[in-house]
Amino acid sequence: MQMPEPNAGVLSRKARIVERLNAVLPGGVIHEEAEVRAYECDALTAYRCPPLAVVLPSTTEEVAAALKVCRAEGVPVVPRGAGTSLAGGSLPTADSVILGVSRMNEVLEVDYDNRFIRVQTGRTNLSVTGAVAEDGFFYAPDPSSQLACAIAGNIAMNSGGAHCLKYGVTTNNLMGVKMVLMDGTVVELGGAHLDAGGLDLLGVVCGSEGQLGVVTEATLRILRQPEGARPVLIGYSSNEVAGACVSDIIKAGVLPVAIEFMDAPCIRATEDFAKAGYPDCEALLIVEVEGSDAEIAEQLDKIKEIASRHDPVELREAKDADEAARIWLGRKSAFGAMGNINDYICLDGTIPVSELPYVLRRIGEMSQEFGLEVANVFHAGDGNMHPLILFNANQPGQLETCEAFGAEILKLCVEVGGCLTGEHGVGVEKRDLMGHQYAPEDLEAQMAVKDVFDPQWLLNPAKVFPLGVTEARRTAALAAE
Amino acid sequence: MRPGSEAELAEMVRQATGPLRVRGGGTRTIGDAGAGAVLETGGLAGVTLHEPGALTLVARPGTPLAEVEKLLDAEGQRLAFEPMDHRGLLGTSGTSTIGGVVAANVSGPRRIQVGACRDFLLGVRFVDGTGAVIKNGGRVMKNVTGYDLVKLLAGSRGTLGVLTEVSLKVLPKPEAVASVLIDGLDDAGAVKALARGLGSPFDVTGAAHLPQGPDGAPVTMLRIEGFAGSVDYRSVQLAALFDSMAVRVERDPQAVATTWAAVRDVAPMQGAAGDVWRISCKPSDAPGLVARLEPRAVVYDWGGGLVWALTSEGTDARARLGAFDGHATRVRGAGTTPVFPPEPGPVAALTRAIRAKFDPRGILAAGLPG
Ligand SMILES: Cc1cc2nc3c(=O)[nH]c(=O)nc-3n(C[C@H](O)[C@H](O)[C@H](O)COP(=O)(O)OP(=O)(O)OC[C@H]3O[C@@H](n4cnc5c(N)ncnc54)[C@H](O)[C@@H]3O)c2cc1C
Repeated sequence: MQMPEPNAGVLSRKARIVERLNAVLPGGVIHEEAEVRAYECDALTAYRCPPLAVVLPSTTEEVAAALKVCRAEGVPVVPRGAGTSLAGGSLPTADSVILGVSRMNEVLEVDYDNRFIRVQTGRTNLSVTGAVAEDGFFYAPDPSSQLACAIAGNIAMNSGGAHCLKYGVTTNNLMGVKMVLMDGTVVELGGAHLDAGGLDLLGVVCGSEGQLGVVTEATLRILRQPEGARPVLIGYSSNEVAGACVSDIIKAGVLPVAIEFMDAPCIRATEDFAKAGYPDCEALLIVEVEGSDAEIAEQLDKIKEIASRHDPVELREAKDADEAARIWLGRKSAFGAMGNINDYICLDGTIPVSELPYVLRRIGEMSQEFGLEVANVFHAGDGNMHPLILFNANQPGQLETCEAFGAEILKLCVEVGGCLTGEHGVGVEKRDLMGHQYAPEDLEAQMAVKDVFDPQWLLNPAKVFPLGVTEARRTAALAAE
Repeated sequence: MRPGSEAELAEMVRQATGPLRVRGGGTRTIGDAGAGAVLETGGLAGVTLHEPGALTLVARPGTPLAEVEKLLDAEGQRLAFEPMDHRGLLGTSGTSTIGGVVAANVSGPRRIQVGACRDFLLGVRFVDGTGAVIKNGGRVMKNVTGYDLVKLLAGSRGTLGVLTEVSLKVLPKPEAVASVLIDGLDDAGAVKALARGLGSPFDVTGAAHLPQGPDGAPVTMLRIEGFAGSVDYRSVQLAALFDSMAVRVERDPQAVATTWAAVRDVAPMQGAAGDVWRISCKPSDAPGLVARLEPRAVVYDWGGGLVWALTSEGTDARARLGAFDGHATRVRGAGTTPVFPPEPGPVAALTRAIRAKFDPRGILAAGLPG
């Protein structure tokens, strides 16, 4: 992974920069080499680089003050939530300051009548729901990392989760933000009302991977918990048939909260690991529906009827909470099971649902060509694939082969009408593949937005756009310093 | 000017020497786009892809909305964000286009549950003010590849570019519908009742209040949609929340459809004299805002989060409303106050700068603010 040369001027001014940051953020600056190491990577652990320093502000004002110092000193800033990005979204550069919002985790306002919660963005995803669960409400987007990941990162990556088939992803549940621009200006977008009066700037801030501003507060939509939920497990003898079943369920007007798909390698690995009692078959679907008991029964009848038309090898309905938990057990331990066997990288491309069988077949063929095993476990209802490519990090060259294989899969996703990333973001990981999805003028238009919010290109450097494409802007910004 | 292809359109924009105004069906004439040559999208029409099993539809901007709806209907699907028809309210005629719906981010009562047009927009192609052809997003449900310019274009009213293709997520039509109706509530009581319904687990897909219903008396309405058994169950449960009030359930699909189309298209204000203001606010603030504004008539949608107010001509609603969480747009009527809500300084500066990037010559919808 190529990163830009660190700015030698910044490196040489480290002492002064730390001193200035300390002046505005007493007690909130980390700069000892041993301590900044804790921030050298996110969940894409293959890439690491300790930052120049780390600041941990407690208020929006402190964020603004820290950004002003960095801007004046020409120091790149990498915003950070909980560091669970799988795309290297919060990977530092040696000349950067990490701005972590982990100390900003307060609930600022809960309003059930108007169905929103306002929080500081360092708050974890699960604890947002935690703040309203007792009163029967929840915050819908639920990334599997929800125990750890922060709302800040969710907004930056526009994160999804297992239930987004019904409830949408972060952008559909985000009503407003308070954010600080690189020059220290505090901007409020949206709020407790529903739509933008002018351009939908909130819409472009969500998913901008920390490159437009530091988001310090968020107004999030909360919903009343459903009366109940129950899954059904359906096994098929081929991926094609399972794919066709998914498509038929969607067409029939049933709107499950989740349709999860696991292929044979994944079923076998999780079965060895978690012993959930899954049938030994080629493809498994877990379909979950919500409502009252009668409503659940009505929907499950429709789903079972559709599933039966495709001749399943197994159709198992959860009769109680215990059986429901058993059905989810394997799916939920899938990543752990894979990690138990081997190192893996997790891809995140999205494809039109109709292309599922073809794409799974091609991935199987490529797996032979590259000599690396792949297991597929993903959100089938919306075509968001998560191929896990297994490799051995201790064997020289395997990471590179694995990455090359991953790149081919993502190109395939784009070829069939899909995209490089459905919920994890581009980060550094997919930066250099952007040219496969977007033409130069498409990227130019996106970068024009960055030019407006962060004219010096100091926020979260070297992410999202290929380095070659951003070079002119980066050099111009350096020269202007 | 009526380009027949995206390439031709791009060439026209490149060659343009003066301001341009994009025109789809001309049915949503809110705000004055200013002088300039009219650029019609009618030559860029047609649905290019409809994949019912993937819930996706791709169309060129000049495609009539009615054509899209008919095609979807044949597969038992629909545009779930329920775009309103502005013709009755604005007194316009003509054919609404899908490009116009997207460019104005037009939604309806279901917005509170499923989201707005922008939430269903999966991808766009557009020609910016320099004549460059740009694409963003795609046609898949989940896509976080690069910045989300799709949201930026939704509701941009032709100020950033001319749309040449839109991809939308569509949803199945429900098997059954019902309205739970409560009679006789005052505005504050109605908004409280709507909040109660929206805060229930019964998946309310419409929450409106008409201080003057069809028979002149106040009626508060909650809509339920889904499979027949489920709609039965939920409408009974929902009605039970209001058993101390004059509550009834309407199950006739035709009657339910008519009721909600009237809310969607603000029927009570069609043809009535006066200005029409659209106020987006925190739902529980709505009755207080209405009291300050003292309009001639009012319709509450989105549980109170959307207020349509009919005022006497020339009323400066913003002056009367004062500061609040939200904004007000004058969708009909003339006056010296701006049509669109002025934005706070830093936001206005960002908007202006983005426009200058996408349209450096300032030729697109030059009359619109921002
Ligand atoms: C086991 C595991 C499972 C996962 N499952 C899912 C899943 O189901 N769905 C899914 O979508 N993702 C998933 N992820 C990915 C990851 O959890 C999400 O991307 C998450 O939103 C990142 O949040 P974070 O707080 O950890 O952000 P970080 O990793 O700290 O940062 C992510 C990005 O956000 C930016 N950022 C952070 N804070 C701010 C701020 N205050 N202002 C502006 N930008 C900021 C960073 O610069 C970076 O670009 C998973 C990750 C793991 C490790």
